[in-house]
Amino acid sequence: MFQTVDELIKMASEQRLSISEVMIRTEMETTGKSREAILSKMADQLLVMEQAVHRGIHEDIKSRSGLSGGDARLLKRYIEGGQMLSGSVLLGAVSNAMATNEVNAAMGTICATPTAGSAGVVPGVLFGLKNKLNPTHEAMVNFLFTAGAFGFVIANNASISGAAGGCQAEIGSATGMAAAAAVEMAGGTPEQSAHAMAIALGNMLGLICDPVAGLVEAPCVKRNAIGASNAIVAADMALAGIKSIIPCDEVIDAMYRVGRMMPTALRETALGGLADTKTGRELKKRIFGSAPSSSGVKEQ
Amino acid sequence: MKYRSVFDIIGPVMVGPSSSHTAGAAKIGRMARKLLGVRPEQAVVTLYGSFAETYRGHGTDVAIAAGLLDFDESSQQLPEALKIAEQVGMHVRFEADTRTPVDQPNTARISIAAGERQLELVGVSIGGGKIEITEVNGFSISLSGSNPALLVLHHDKYGAVAEVAGLIAQHEMNISYMEVSRQEKGQLALMIIQTDEEIGEELPSEISGLPNILNVAVLS
Repeated sequence: MFQTVDELIKMASEQRLSISEVMIRTEMETTGKSREAILSKMADQLLVMEQAVHRGIHEDIKSRSGLSGGDARLLKRYIEGGQMLSGSVLLGAVSNAMATNEVNAAMGTICATPTAGSAGVVPGVLFGLKNKLNPTHEAMVNFLFTAGAFGFVIANNASISGAAGGCQAEIGSATGMAAAAAVEMAGGTPEQSAHAMAIALGNMLGLICDPVAGLVEAPCVKRNAIGASNAIVAADMALAGIKSIIPCDEVIDAMYRVGRMMPTALRETALGGLADTKTGRELKKRIFGSAPSSSGVKEQ
Repeated sequence: MKYRSVFDIIGPVMVGPSSSHTAGAAKIGRMARKLLGVRPEQAVVTLYGSFAETYRGHGTDVAIAAGLLDFDESSQQLPEALKIAEQVGMHVRFEADTRTPVDQPNTARISIAAGERQLELVGVSIGGGKIEITEVNGFSISLSGSNPALLVLHHDKYGAVAEVAGLIAQHEMNISYMEVSRQEKGQLALMIIQTDEEIGEELPSEISGLPNILNVAVLS
């Protein structure tokens, strides 16, 4: 069992294992379940992710409020036009991430990674890199174990709740997890994974959770988009040999402490940030008015 | 350690839009339902903190109703829970309390009743779909979810605790923590049993079959 990124990296290095293998063995030890059962459950999660991405890209998704849906498809068409300023791998990841969160906003089925509001980043990056790296199915499942290992440390030492720590705790965490997993899939070392995570999460510090009308739509869908691109850039930087000046565990601790300092208005209460702009307030009024949202429900 | 498994992080598979406000809320509702033992006829749900501010946008009300209907967080029926509740005659009322300060931002108090049966539970959604239970029928408890746990509502009679402990031993499971609370001698009591091992489906159903046991719920 590992409590910190430092311990995770040491376990991997000393036993000459990948991060994903350390996570699989730890899971076997903690739950008493067989390797087959654990691998098969993760393959199920992967399938749910793939289906959500597919739906978001190929179906006409629209949320009940009308605030989100269709942007993943717009971006996909733009990529196919070939005139993009960045690259197809990066924008593909972004498009997949948005697809997942658009499905989520429309009350579709997703796999929380680590949360539903941040569910786009990890699968976005994974399926974005698929065309570039041609991973085996096993390698794709391992990507999720590596992402999970880093998320596990964040969740136990800081927080993965926007209500507790702001968006940095949700999409920030997802971005760090995806960056670390991308490094492993690309053939980097466990240390490089930790640096990628530290760079990615470090770049998301202070990010507030300010959902317009309290809905997991704006800015959430686009923040997943930026999270996915940030993760790939951080992974590339780490693979190039760039190191985070502040060690990964200290970045996680900083994220936790920044979250503690964040006022309630900026932690998923929809009382600050973009939610509390002129347009944000008008949208809330238009969507909910003064009437209850659902029949049969009284509000006091 | 609040989170034990990699599937707490890569999971749960759920209906959107929020792991804490939708999936966690559904789990709190379902926990109350399991402890009541039957579908409630009446439910009053008080929401605090971020739950109170944003429940309509996140479908927290829909999710808690789904839990009370015994749907899990990945059920395709979840989005229709309020309509289904109405159809089956389960009356649910939601109250948003934005004034009372709470220790944790996503807290819900659920009071449910069916015939003579009543139950009140306070649950907290801590992120990523994980929940904690802080109060059951006025018993202040602290179930952090750091270990799998059984909640057993029972009559305060001789041997009730021993019989449950015996069954757990038969399953070759180790109790890491146990607490028994009761309102009055000889009345209703609550056992909270944390185990080192994951709790399967067999054990809770065997415990339910014991004399003096009212209801059993599992927090995993």
